[in-house]
Amino acid sequence: MDLFEYQARDIFAKHGVPVLGGAVIEHAEEARAIAEEWGGRAVVKAQVKVGGRGKAGGVKLASDPADAVAKAGAILGMDIKGHTVHKVMLAQTADIKDEYYVSFLLDRTNRTFLAMASVEGGVEIEVVAVEKPEALAKIPVDANEGVTDAKAREIVEAAKFPADVADQIAEVLKSLWKVFIAEDALLVEVNPLVKTGDGKIVALDGKVSLDENADFRQPEHEALVDHAAANPLEAKAKAKNLNYVKLDGEVGIIGNGAGLVMSTLDVVAYAGENHGGVKPANFLDIGGGASAEVMANGLEIILGDPDVKSVFVNVFGGITACDEVANGIVQALELLKSKGEDVNKPLVVRLDGNNAELGRKILSDANHPLVQRVDTMDDAADKAAELAAK
Amino acid sequence: MTGATGMKHTKLMLADGTNIVGGVNPRKAGTSVDFDGTSVPVFGSVAEAIEKTGADVSVIFVPPAFAKAAVVEAIDAEIGLAVVITEGIAVHDSASFWAYAGEKGKRPGSSARTARPDHPGQSNAGIIPGDITKPGRIGLVSKSGTLTYQMMYELRDIGFSSAVGIGGDPIIGTTHIDALQAFQDDADTDIIVMIGEIGGDAEERAAAYIQEHITKPVVGYVAGFTAPEGKTMGHAGAIVSGSSGTAQAKKEALEAAGVKVGKTPSETARLARQLIG
Repeated sequence: MDLFEYQARDIFAKHGVPVLGGAVIEHAEEARAIAEEWGGRAVVKAQVKVGGRGKAGGVKLASDPADAVAKAGAILGMDIKGHTVHKVMLAQTADIKDEYYVSFLLDRTNRTFLAMASVEGGVEIEVVAVEKPEALAKIPVDANEGVTDAKAREIVEAAKFPADVADQIAEVLKSLWKVFIAEDALLVEVNPLVKTGDGKIVALDGKVSLDENADFRQPEHEALVDHAAANPLEAKAKAKNLNYVKLDGEVGIIGNGAGLVMSTLDVVAYAGENHGGVKPANFLDIGGGASAEVMANGLEIILGDPDVKSVFVNVFGGITACDEVANGIVQALELLKSKGEDVNKPLVVRLDGNNAELGRKILSDANHPLVQRVDTMDDAADKAAELAAK
Repeated sequence: MTGATGMKHTKLMLADGTNIVGGVNPRKAGTSVDFDGTSVPVFGSVAEAIEKTGADVSVIFVPPAFAKAAVVEAIDAEIGLAVVITEGIAVHDSASFWAYAGEKGKRPGSSARTARPDHPGQSNAGIIPGDITKPGRIGLVSKSGTLTYQMMYELRDIGFSSAVGIGGDPIIGTTHIDALQAFQDDADTDIIVMIGEIGGDAEERAAAYIQEHITKPVVGYVAGFTAPEGKTMGHAGAIVSGSSGTAQAKKEALEAAGVKVGKTPSETARLARQLIG
C-alpha cells in the first residue's frame, strides 16, 4: 500500500526523521490560519499517489494567507493523471541550498534490502539511474544486521555526501531505517532530502509503501487506508476476504489460484480479439477450496458489476475435486436466488482436473438456464467472450 | 501435521509414497497422529525430530505470522531442505530468514539436487495433487500452484520427472534458475517446462541462464499479459511496477534465449508435446 505524502511525513516524524511543519486540509479556507501561524508563506501540495504532480500544477508556493487559500482552492479538485485531488498538504517553506536523495527498499533480484543514495536529489531517481548511474550509490543492507553506524557511514561515503552534512545524513539514514523496519515498509524514500541555508538536513518530500502481508502485526496501518479512493467493488470484495481487482472489460472472471486466474484473463483477452475486442472485467481468485459460500460471495461481487455482460468460471480441480466445486456452483446459485439476488447474466463454466467427469455431470443435471458447460479453457473463454459481445 | 491443513496434506503425501517420519508441535509433543492406520509421531522441536528419525526434509505449513520462526528453527536444526508452503509471508520476515539461511550456509544452490519436492510415483513433499499426472520425463518449475496442476494434467499422458513450485511471494527460496540447473543435471528429465508470471525479473534472469547453461529443450509460459500496472494480482509478488515486470518483457527475454513460449497453457502443453516427440 502506497501512502500519501502527508502520511509519510507523519511516519517520518514519528521515527525521528527531520521534517518541516505540515498540515493536511480538505477545504481551502482552512489554509488561512495555518499560513498565518507560519508567518504567511506556505507550500501548497496536492496529495495524490502519482508522480509528476509538480509539473501538472499540483504544487504551488503561497506568499500570504489569502494566497494560500486561493492556491489550495485551485488545487483541490484538480485531476492529476486521473487522480482527483481530495486533500492538500500545507508545508512550511524551506531555504533550499542543496537537494539529495536517500531510500531503503526491497531488492527482489538479490533477495535483500538495498540503500540508495545520491547527491542528485529533487529529480526523478529513475532518471538519475539511467542518465547518471555513477551518481546513484546502491548499498545492500543485511535484513538481520540493519543500518549500524558503520553501514550508515558506508552509504554516506558511497554517495559522496559533502563532509559538512555527512554526520547529519548518517543520522537520518538510521532513523529512516527505523521507519523501514518498524512499519514493515517495502519502500521508504526521501526525495528531496534538503540542506537548508542554515546547514540543517530536512526531509522535504517522501514516499512510503507498506507491506500488506504484515498487517497482522501493524494494526495502526488500517487507519492509513484511503477508503475514498477504493473502487466500491474492490472494497466490497475485500470485506469478504476475496482477492479481487476491478478491470475495465466485460467478461467477469472467477477462478481458483492466482496464476490460473491471471492466465484466464489473458486467454479471455485473446478470445475477445475475435469478438469485438471484449476484455476481462476483473481478477478474482477464490482460492483452492471453492466452497459454495465463497463461490456465492464471488458471484455476488461479479454480478453486481454493471460492466459485466457474461461470467467465466474457470476452475481446475487439484486438491479440491471437481464434484465438490460443481456442487459449490450449484449451491451458490441457489444461495444467491434465496437472497433475492438477480442472477441474470450467462455463466460459462469450465471444470477440469480431479473428478472432472463427475463435476460436469452435476452441472448438467442441475440444468441451470444461465449455466453453460464448456470443457476446455480456450473454448470456454471463447464462449464467454462471444456472449459478452452480444 | 497437527493442524487442519498439515493433516490433510500429510495424508495425501503419505498416499503418494512419501516417507513421513514425524511432525512437530511443541504443545503436542509425545503424541502421535493416525493416518489411515499409519501412526506418525509428534515431536517437540525440529531438532528432536531430526535426532530421533534422521529426517532430512521439513515441509512447513504454519500460517504466515509464524513462518519465520518455523524456518529459523529448521535452519538451526540443520535440516537438508525446508519446503515453505506458506504464502503471503511479510517481506521483512522472508528477507530475514533468507539472510539467516545464508549465514548458516543453508541456501539452495544451483547445483543442489534437493529442490525436487514432487516426484510423481515416488514421493511428494508439498501440496501438488499426486494423482493428476504420472511419472514421465518432463521437469516442471512454476511460480503458480494451479498452473502447475493445469500443466501436469494436460500432459498427464507423457508424465513428469519432478515438479517444483517455487511460489509467488516477492522473496522465494529455490529459483527458476536453481530448478533449471537441477533438471539439466537430472538423468530422468528430457525437457523442461517453466511457468512464470508478472513481477520482478526472475524470468529474465532465467532466460539469460538458459542461454548460457541449459542444453535441454525448455518450453515457457508467462501469465499476466492483461494485468494493469501497480496492482497486485493475487500473489504478493505479482505486480507490474512502471515498465518493469511485464509479461511481454519476460516472454521476449525467454524467446531471445531460444525458449518456445506458449500464448496459453494449452498451447504451452502442445509445444512441450512436440518437443518430446
